[in-house]
Amino acid sequence: MPELRTEPLVVNFGPQHPSTHGVFRMRVVLDGERVVDVEMVMGYLHRSMEKLAEERTYTQNIPFTDRMDYLSAMTGNLAYCLAVEKLAGIEVPERAQYLRVIFSELQRIANHCMAIGIFLNDCGAWQTPVMWMFRDREKILDLFEMTCGARLTTNYMRIGGVSFDLPDEFMPRANALVQELPDRISEYESLLLENEILQARARDVGVLSPELAIASSVSGPILRSTGVAWDIRKADPYCVYDRMEFDIPVGYRGDNYDRFLVRMEEMRQSVRILRQALEQLPPGPFKTDIPLALRPPVGETYARVESPKGELGFYLVSDGGPTPYRFHVRPPSLLNITALKEMTVGLTVSDLVITLGSTDIVLGEVDR
Amino acid sequence: MTKLIPGAETAARIRAAIPDAELEEAADWVVVDAPHLVALATFLRDDEYFDCRYPTAITGVDRLDHFEVVYHLSSLQRNHMVILKTRALDHEAPELPSVVPVWYGAHLQEREIYDLMGIRFSGHPSLKRIFLWEGFAGHPLRKDFLTLPSGHKPGLAHFPKE
Repeated sequence: MPELRTEPLVVNFGPQHPSTHGVFRMRVVLDGERVVDVEMVMGYLHRSMEKLAEERTYTQNIPFTDRMDYLSAMTGNLAYCLAVEKLAGIEVPERAQYLRVIFSELQRIANHCMAIGIFLNDCGAWQTPVMWMFRDREKILDLFEMTCGARLTTNYMRIGGVSFDLPDEFMPRANALVQELPDRISEYESLLLENEILQARARDVGVLSPELAIASSVSGPILRSTGVAWDIRKADPYCVYDRMEFDIPVGYRGDNYDRFLVRMEEMRQSVRILRQALEQLPPGPFKTDIPLALRPPVGETYARVESPKGELGFYLVSDGGPTPYRFHVRPPSLLNITALKEMTVGLTVSDLVITLGSTDIVLGEVDR
Repeated sequence: MTKLIPGAETAARIRAAIPDAELEEAADWVVVDAPHLVALATFLRDDEYFDCRYPTAITGVDRLDHFEVVYHLSSLQRNHMVILKTRALDHEAPELPSVVPVWYGAHLQEREIYDLMGIRFSGHPSLKRIFLWEGFAGHPLRKDFLTLPSGHKPGLAHFPKE
């Protein structure tokens, strides 16, 4: 019988496709059902924030940082404010530092609810896990709303502190949430962890080796799922993370299932940090006064935080004027997909979808 | 805390290993000449002391008469950071050697610098524009790209007294 000759097929995956999590396009070369080559095409959401920021004052640039990773605006705000404070040598009051930790960790839980829920959506658990996890995310967004008036693009952090102090009803609601979250997470774990379909879909799919992960600047839960215990909160503590007790969850296979596990465990650790931070929250001022048009001295700096997606860094260059001379973002979402081709070649199309989903990509941050 | 290795220490160690590299040292960073960039990057990655296997952030800065490319390099094991800089002296057609063979993580970052700042990285496996389309006129992050008349900055117009 003569051998059947087949031709590679080029498929444009996206940009308008629900499983690309935004406007992301993959030019996929297929041999039957198998992926032979992946070319990433992006820029559909490029707003040139780095250029726009060069014409605005340091304070006016804070809202841009919400709109990069719009699922975790708090950590975006925080990274930028830390960079400006480092550049200008501004001291932040202790209460503000605790508030920053509290809101960063709330944001991490909200982001991971979204990341896990949507990942399971991609796996085929249509909408049920998402809706369950949105129940918790909703309560966190309510806390944001009562504190700063916004749910998604919070614009909460300020250079030298935060914009508002906590309202009276915050503490009881936050404490109640921290009480009930561990039970909720246990509930999700009992539903999902040993689910046969999830195991079959995610185990040993999209494997990333620790060597490749390090060489290709991968950070966050994806790096930790390969077995590298690297967390900026421990390695380079900012705010008051050095006073908090928590563990860094790591995986060891670097596959989609381990990324899911690491995120699940990170939510537990965030609850642990929240408990300590809410308990230790000191009274006092929540911001320092800075000039309206802040003029940091000539120089440059790089400051970073552990955002839910990975290492979010800001590189700022000041020429002594009221606007930054150079404003550069080190976006974790963009660098985490550097090795996407290596992770997905050889998989089927349906596994390509969940591997992209497991990197927790946000196109607002990829394109900026 | 992540230790930032001072420029003087980095320079001293590099001079001992690669004697003919032209270095300029500052408090926090080292500036290397473009021809020695790849050799130096390989040295920083493989050296037992530096162990910079993790390229944290790579970016470019337009310094009006030349371009500067800044490499923030880290060692996750030793928890320290080295800042390396290099210069592309030709402002019209800047070109630098690519470090993608040394760190795969430079792949998308160099494409971004090429797209937005117009620095060509020779030896890059697929140097294409990343955010803007092929044929877009100019490179937006250059300081001479579409400046407003009389250096007007819209953000500052709200603070006439400042």
